[in-house]
Amino acid sequence: MSDNYILEIYGVSKIYGAVAALKDVTVKVPQGQWVAIMGPSGSGKTTLMNIIGCLDTPSEGRVILDGLNLGDLSHAGLTAIRRESIGLIFQEFHLISYLTALENVMVAQYYHSMVDESEALAALARVGLRERAKHFPKQLSGGEQQRVCIARALINHPKLILADEPTGNLDEANERLVMDILRQLRAQGSTIIVVTHAQEVANQAERVIVLEHGRLAQDRLNGPPVELGVSLVPGQGLNETLFSEEPRAESSFSRKTG
Amino acid sequence: MICKMALGALGRQKRKNRLIILTVALGVSLAAALLGVMFDVGDKVNQELKSYGANLNVVPRGASMLSEMYLLEPDSEETATSEQIEKPADNFIAEDELFKIKMIFWAYNIVDFAPYLTVPAKISDKKILLTGTWFNKRLSLPTGDVVDTGMTNLKAWWKLTGPSGDDQDLTGVLVGRRLASELDLKPGASFQVQVGDKAKDLTVRAVFDSGGPDDERVFAPLALAQELSGHQGLVERVEVSALTTPENDLSRRAALNPGSLSRVEWDTWYCTAYISSIAYQLEEILPSVRVKAIRQVAESEGAILGKIQLMMILLTIMTLICSALAISNLVTAGIMERSVEIGLLKALGASNLSVIFLFLLELFLVALVGGVLGYVVGFGLAQVIGLTVFGSTVDIKTAVIPLTGLMVLAVTLMGSLPALRALLSLRPTEVLHGR
Ligand SMILES: Nc1ncnc2c1ncn2[C@@H]1O[C@H](COP(=O)(O)OP(=O)(O)O)[C@@H](O)[C@H]1O
Ligand SMILES: [Mg+2]
Repeated sequence: MSDNYILEIYGVSKIYGAVAALKDVTVKVPQGQWVAIMGPSGSGKTTLMNIIGCLDTPSEGRVILDGLNLGDLSHAGLTAIRRESIGLIFQEFHLISYLTALENVMVAQYYHSMVDESEALAALARVGLRERAKHFPKQLSGGEQQRVCIARALINHPKLILADEPTGNLDEANERLVMDILRQLRAQGSTIIVVTHAQEVANQAERVIVLEHGRLAQDRLNGPPVELGVSLVPGQGLNETLFSEEPRAESSFSRKTG
Repeated sequence: MICKMALGALGRQKRKNRLIILTVALGVSLAAALLGVMFDVGDKVNQELKSYGANLNVVPRGASMLSEMYLLEPDSEETATSEQIEKPADNFIAEDELFKIKMIFWAYNIVDFAPYLTVPAKISDKKILLTGTWFNKRLSLPTGDVVDTGMTNLKAWWKLTGPSGDDQDLTGVLVGRRLASELDLKPGASFQVQVGDKAKDLTVRAVFDSGGPDDERVFAPLALAQELSGHQGLVERVEVSALTTPENDLSRRAALNPGSLSRVEWDTWYCTAYISSIAYQLEEILPSVRVKAIRQVAESEGAILGKIQLMMILLTIMTLICSALAISNLVTAGIMERSVEIGLLKALGASNLSVIFLFLLELFLVALVGGVLGYVVGFGLAQVIGLTVFGSTVDIKTAVIPLTGLMVLAVTLMGSLPALRALLSLRPTEVLHGR
């Protein structure tokens, strides 16, 4: 039934000299799941995200992304997967300082296929920044910059969204805004993996994976008590529950589904 | 999009970009100046050549190449034999026809001419060549014009220790520097010359330094050589110095075969002072002669020219390598500063090739500014070189412009090689999650 899994990780280890950043990690993520990865600093969360995001290769083990064994791919092949299938959200946003918000989104379009300004504007509208399209990063607050980063991650309709501590540099209000957007994405069926230190953020996810010293320490499901087998392949019901239970964060943008 | 990104990036790192512009401009200006001078130096040297010396050689139609060669070999056995002296008459030009040289269409472009008649002779058993010529002959033309011409003007650069020859002084001769030192002949000294069984007592008017093979010879009034050789009223060869227009396609085609020109082309050619049209007109007016442009001089100058040009090319290349080295540090530092941005592009799925393309595009835009600046400065520099070395401005050939473009490209590529390595090896994971 591997068809239902967007991501399968089997016995992955990553060794840096004497340090084993990851040790024998096995995880399977079904299509459309929202997973939170937690763990103390240095436990290998970023290393795991890099491997999933095709930015790095494991020392051992297999990673299968959307049915493709990453170990079989060349450098260029991995680059293509990043371009086609993955949306990256960074703790430090990494916007290009001399490009406007709109242009920052369009950069991702440019390397993916073709620039399309109206589509890029729509993506900014989705994160509530339609009016700030012509602003440069330094004219935007941290939360706004992170939303531009999210718009950039979304623009090419990735199968998998990877966010490494997306709210680590944000205050609570902005954290809520960002989580709101992620929730919407989840509602639209995106698969999201988010690394976080914040329990509130982890609580939004359906599943929490905890790493310790590079090993999988915990793998549990959140939310209302659901049977294990059912929740791993989530249905609409779970989403609706999540949305209705969570207090709505104030946001300047209208919720859109599509 | 990529242009937007490249231009946006240029706005930052202003100081570095200014330095790159400056470095490229410096290198390119030097290189462009050198190239400009290099291309023009050939024309310049030709202009210099034109200002003195003969550029046309008039020989009898029947004269064999062989005898011309013997004349250049004063020590060879055959030169002293009497066969050489008894040349058939069609190996000579009549002295009394020479005034016609000043009556061609381009007569006023004929600056000077001098006839020669060489006689193999002996001075106390040493085989030498004695050449008779006009030193400074006054000719009255049928048109009523009076013309002074002769070797004294034609060889104006010769250094003489005394007075030049006199066409009336039939025993006064000029002796070449090397011959004079070999035979220990000083100005004023007397010596005896023998041709066959004739002997003649002569006096050294002056010793000359021609800077060439003529230094082995004796130059005497034409009448003396004619008397010694028995070729009264005849000469073997005439050197003509004419002011000419630089050669071009038309003149080269005409030189090969005047018959190949169209009517209009032919008129244009005939009425232009090309060396080939002057030669043609001389052959028209003196039907028994063959006129050749003198190439020996031009060729040896050409060899030197080639060496100078080679040196300039080497200097140009070295200049470019230096500026490439100078910018490579700046460029690499610029990449390091922007490693996060480059890592991001790679993380977004930009291939190595497209990142390199973006980077080179940026650098090339900066370098282009430097190149244009350098070209302008180089143009000025070339004029300074032209004025100090040749006393005239340098015409920058249009070929220098695309070459300058190529140089900018070369400097940019060479200068960015180390940076390209850094670009390729940059891993997004190392820059994106600030550890
Ligand atoms: N490139 C690297 N070279 C050496 N050690 C590394 C490298 N990347 C990560 N590590 C080590 O691997 C461990 C896990 O790092 P990381 O995945 O960044 O942890 P986390 O993101 O959970 O804080 C740490 O001990 C870290 O020092
Ligand atoms: Mg981390």
